[in-house]
Order: sequence, then C-alpha cells, then structure tokens
Amino acid sequence: MNHLYYPGCSLQTTHKGYDISCRAVFKALGSEMKELEDWNCCGATIYMSIKEITSLAIASRNLALAEKMHSDIIAPCSSCYTILSKANKYMIENKELMEKVNGCLAEDGLSYNGSVRIRHPLDVLVNDIGVEIIRLYAMCELEGLKIANYYGCQIVRPEKRFDDRENPTSMENLFESLGAENVYYACKLRCCGGMLMTTYEETALKLSEWLLMRAVENGADCIVTTCPLCQMNLESYQQKINKTFGTNYQMPIFFFTQILGVALGLSEKELGIDLNFYKCDKVEKLMNQSHRAKQITF
Amino acid sequence: MEIKDIKIPGKLSLKETELRLAFLDHVNIIPEGEKIKTCIQCGTCTGSCPLSYAMDITPRELIALFRAGDMETILRSRTIWICASCYACQSRCPAAIKITDIIYAIKRTAMDRRIYTKKFPVHSVRDAFIKNLYRYGRLYEPRLMFDHILRTGFWKGFKLLPLTYKLAKRGRIELKPTKIKNVSGLRKIMKKAQKLDLPKVYDKKPYIDGAVGYRAVG
Repeated sequence: MNHLYYPGCSLQTTHKGYDISCRAVFKALGSEMKELEDWNCCGATIYMSIKEITSLAIASRNLALAEKMHSDIIAPCSSCYTILSKANKYMIENKELMEKVNGCLAEDGLSYNGSVRIRHPLDVLVNDIGVEIIRLYAMCELEGLKIANYYGCQIVRPEKRFDDRENPTSMENLFESLGAENVYYACKLRCCGGMLMTTYEETALKLSEWLLMRAVENGADCIVTTCPLCQMNLESYQQKINKTFGTNYQMPIFFFTQILGVALGLSEKELGIDLNFYKCDKVEKLMNQSHRAKQITF
Repeated sequence: MEIKDIKIPGKLSLKETELRLAFLDHVNIIPEGEKIKTCIQCGTCTGSCPLSYAMDITPRELIALFRAGDMETILRSRTIWICASCYACQSRCPAAIKITDIIYAIKRTAMDRRIYTKKFPVHSVRDAFIKNLYRYGRLYEPRLMFDHILRTGFWKGFKLLPLTYKLAKRGRIELKPTKIKNVSGLRKIMKKAQKLDLPKVYDKKPYIDGAVGYRAVG
C-alpha cells in the first residue's frame, strides 16, 4: 500500500520544522512521500466536540480523496491523526452515520467506503521501515544525548493503535538503537493543556510547567515530542511559564523527526531546527559530527 | 435495553426531560455510547484526569448526576468546557465508557441550547474556527486569533504580541492564508452537513410519568 502525506494546517505555518524534517527524514530513508492533493482541515478537536456530522463530513473529505488514490494517509499531527482515525472508526462502525456523511460528500461528487488506514510517521518508521534498517542509514551515534520522550495524549489514545496506551516505547526503542540515552520520564502521556492555552491559560500553564519540571528533574537535555500543539505549548509559552511560576527553564523542545534527522546526517536547515526557540549545544555538536561523516561517505 | 429506557428517581420536570432526551440523542451517535449505563462509579476517570483539580464537578460526578436526573447542573458546569480531550479517562475506564465523547455530547447539548456566558472564550474560539474553515478550507491561525481577540477583548491580544513577534522572526507565521483549490466543494459539503446537525425540536410530553426507583444500572 502506498502512502499519501497529510501535513495538516499547523504544520504549514507555525510548525514548519516538523513538516520539513518529516519530509526530509522519509526522503533520506529512500521513501519520499507524496502530498494528498487539495486536502482540507480535518476539523481538529475543537470541531469534533461541537458539531458531530459536520466534523465527520469535513474529515471524511480527506479520506474520500485518499480512497480515490487507493492510498493510506500518513498524518504527523497528533490531532489530525486522532480525528481522522476517529472519523474513520465512527463511520465503519455506524452504517447509518456513513450514509449520512456520504450524502454530504455527494454534494461534491465524492464518496467514502472505509478502506483507508490512518498511519502516524512514528508507526511507519518503527513498524514498517524498522529500527534495524534506520540504524543502517545512521551517520553517527547520538552519544551522550539525554532525551525525555514525550508522546502527548492523542497519538496513543483513545483506542489502542500501534503502541501501548499506558507505556508506549516506540520512541525509546528508536533513539536507544541510535545511541541516545532515554531519561526516566513518567509523564510522557500527561496532558500539556492543549487548546486550553487559548481559553483557560492559567490552567494550561500549570500543566505544561509540570512537564518541564519533570524533564529538568531527570536531567534531560531536551524534550522530544510527536505533537505540534505540545511543542507549541512547551516551547513558545516557556517564557510565560518562567514568569508565572518563578522558574528558569531553558528546555529545548524538538520533534522526533528532527532528532532522527540529526542521526541521519541532515543539516540544520533541512530539519528546520533553526526555527526552534531554544538551542541545544549537544544536538548542534552531533549535527556537525554527523554532517561531516555524511560528506566523507558520499 | 435501549438507552432511552434508563430509569431515574423521582418525577422529572419538563425541562429536565427535554435536556435529557437531547443529550441522549447526541450519545446515540457515539459507537458504544450506551455503555454510560454500566458505570460502576469507581472514580478511575477522576483519578486519571490531569484537569480534575480545576473542575467543579469531576467526571465521575458527571455520570452520577446524569443518573440522578440533574442535567441542568451538568450543563452549567465548568467541567465540560475545561476538558482538554486527552482521553486519559476513556482509555482507562474499566467499564469501557467513552467518557471524553460523552463530555462532547454534553457540550453539544449545551451549545444547542446556548447555555454559556457572554464573551465565553470556548464559544468565541469555536465561532472563529468555523468561520475560518468556511473561508479558506484550512486553518489560518492569525485570522483565528484575530477573530477570537475581537470577541474576548484586546488586552489579551496585546499580551500575545511578543510571542507573535518571536514566531514571525523565524518565519513561522504566514502572511497570506492558503486557500484550498476546491473551497466551493467543501462549502457545499459543510452546508449540507450543518442541516443534518441542527438541534431538533422535541415534543413537550414528559419522558417518565410518576416516581420510579433508583435503577440506573441497567
């Protein structure tokens, strides 16, 4: 089955780093991704929680487009991943609902039968391509880099998809095989506050502060995440957290594709690391090292 | 047993009955939504919820209140608006109740009946989001924030300026929104779907006549 790439809205603007690095990593591993043509917003958590059928119809338009191409969808954004999977599941389990949604899609000459699978890039990398193969492509060991793996909520929940719901280990396996050190990080599935940052800010800041505190306590050099919204909350609001709670965090937050790209010998520009707010010395050192190794090899 | 047969104690007021029916209609769409009646009140949801410290009614109490026949208190609670959709409760529930989805259903019931305060931030973000999606087919964050700030007050927007500057400096804010090619098609789909989503009108006949005992667990 071939895959179509569904970047999602936030990866086009505020989280370009994730988009760039995701494409670059797949290209470096020899499986370049094609983008789903004329995709639209999935509706996000916010629409799902207010209007059921409209949100399903919006999400299904993407599924119908992918089905036309006989492809699966790769969705790197956690929210898109959950919403598309959820819409898919709802429609497959409830035929009445599928009929209703198909009635809406027919307005634009589309229809959906429920054959598309939604995949996360982490799932594809670890389970399809495989950690062993990725190791072969690695230009350097991520030696001495202490990582706090933060999955966020929506990638492993609500249903069991590709990893455990209470203690996922995909990222740990991936980075451990690349030579990095995973620090103990018990709150890898704890909520960062999500959309509450725009509505109930104080509450969300407290949740994010907790995550940063735990990472610092366990001696992590950086937090590695899979979710754009988590990255936004932890990185962009870090200054505000420091101000509110009287702390002094300077924690760099990376996307998992960025750190993987460093091991694959990709440059700072190719991975969009220059777009992040906080710099990590160790990552920069490794980047130079692996980039040099790549130039020697080729 | 049908979900609408769930019995509740005492006689219900007209309003309560209506709210209850509206809520159950939303629950019916959820796959396995009827499992709400199998709640054993263990409190795993409340214990798992990272936000329960900020709630007035905890998720467990939400279901207890529903059984007791107090939809109005639920609809007026802060809980349903502060849920961050992290699904911790849902994935841990030993009775496999779709708690997050049920909170969504309560949210929808409250929205259909306009039970929220003026300048309510959640509602304002929602409105801005729908407008945004209708206009471009994709989310354009600056416009979303602009619409949101227009409704909730400029002071908030003023405080966001330093962050906006930092993002813009790194080229992480698009100056122009990207429109999808087939916006008109998407609009057609949305319009049709919105018709199916409209809140229904219920007849005013009381749902349960006379007093019944506490037999919520089917």
